[in-house]
Order: sequence, then C-alpha cells, then structure tokens
Amino acid sequence: MESSTTRKRPLSPFLTVYRWQYTMALSILHRVTGCALSVGLLLFAYWLVAAASGHDAYQTARDFFAHPVVRILLIGFSFAFFYHLLNGARHMTWDTGQGLERKAARVSGWIVFLGAIVCTALFWLLIMRNAGGAA
Amino acid sequence: MSLRSPIGRVLGLGAAKEGVSHWWSQRVTSVALLLLGLWFVASLLRMANFEYEAVIAWIAGPVNAVLLLLLIATLVYHSLLGVQVVVEDYVHHHGLKIGTMLLLTFAHWAVAALAIFAVLRIAFGAPGGAG
Repeated sequence: MESSTTRKRPLSPFLTVYRWQYTMALSILHRVTGCALSVGLLLFAYWLVAAASGHDAYQTARDFFAHPVVRILLIGFSFAFFYHLLNGARHMTWDTGQGLERKAARVSGWIVFLGAIVCTALFWLLIMRNAGGAA
Repeated sequence: MSLRSPIGRVLGLGAAKEGVSHWWSQRVTSVALLLLGLWFVASLLRMANFEYEAVIAWIAGPVNAVLLLLLIATLVYHSLLGVQVVVEDYVHHHGLKIGTMLLLTFAHWAVAALAIFAVLRIAFGAPGGAG
C-alpha cells in the first residue's frame, strides 16, 4: 500500500540538474571548511591540554605539530579558518539583504577566495619569520 | 489571510517549534568568532616563539585566559550548531541521525571541557602546569 507520503514523488532539483558554476563550489567549500574546522578543534584542544600537562607533554605536541604531514594539515586548517571567516562575513552581508545580485555575489566570491589564500600565505610567512623557521 | 493561529503568530516558533533560535545563535556566535578569531590569530603572530615557557606565560595572562575560554566556548557551540545542520541535511535515517548527533554532542562537550580545564589549570598555575 502506498500512501501519499511514501510514494516516490519528484524532489526539488538537486545539484545534478544545474550547470556548474564556481559560486556553487564556493558555497560547498564553506560547509567543507566548517566541517574541517570542527575536526581541527581536536588539534586546538590537544595543544592546550599538552601545555597544561607539563613540559614533556608539550614537547611531544611540538614534535607532533612539527611533523611535515601535520604541518601541511595545519596549513590546510589555517586556510579553512580564513576562508570560513571571510565567507561567513560574506554570508552575514547577505543576511542584511546586501550583495545578493549575481554580479556582486560573484565578485565577493572571488574576493573571499583570494583573500583566504593571501591571509594563509601571510600568516605562515609571519609565523616562520617570528620563529626563525622553527615554529 | 494567514492561517496561523494568533497564539502561533505571537510565539513565532513555526513548525520547527524553535523559531529562529538556531539560526540566530549561529549568527551571534559568528560575530563573536570574527572578533575572537582575529584576536587569536593576532596573538599567535605576536608570540615570539612557541617554546613551553612562552606559551604558558601567554595563556596564564588573565585577559588571555578569559578570552581563550570565551573562544573555546564559542567555537564549540558554533561548531555543534554547524555540524547539526550538516547531519540533518545528509543523514536521512531517523535513528542514525539521532545517534550521530548524540555522538557529536558528546564529542563537542568533551573537547570543550578538556580545553577549558587545560586553560584554567595553566591560569591557576597548577603544579606540572606552570611548573
């Protein structure tokens, strides 16, 4: 027996029916970076817990964070942070009803994406300079 | 003409029974994280190095410790609100959805408790912490 709620009804159009546009990628990237940052919270907490556990535990954490694979992850997390922050500001501009026109939304999309790359690069340049390459 | 009852309109809670509280909390934490996040990045950049003594001294500063606590609480809350939306969008099986959210909620509270305890331990100079 099929009721009106269990019958296969057409759903609202999903991603597959639309022509691909970079603004879609940027939109999904907000969610992806958000999820990544939720995972990154674990590393942030680990850093604090290690510091609170004493000198040896902190040194272990420093070695862990200095590992090349982890370093690449950290660069990824920092990009996710800057992207999510800038794109979040973009979203909140939209919430006020501003910048929703197609042209404005595309321009702000580029600003956010390139801005996140620039912020990530600057952040690591400054970190490396401060620590003399041994952050 | 609205079909909503007067009491329903006054309460403004809609079909979800929560009104816009989830959406609004996400925005409030976003604004807070904009400020706290920039403070944290600026702090990392101003730190001369990431040696144990330097990091402990930085965390133990009263203003830094309190801002860190605010950052942790806001981050965890914002993260939980965010992953909840993702789970609701992609996990369609009702039981699995509740189970996933339960796990994620526990994980978020555990991370929050650990991070907050760590900051407090350093700030109050517990032996082994600042020793």
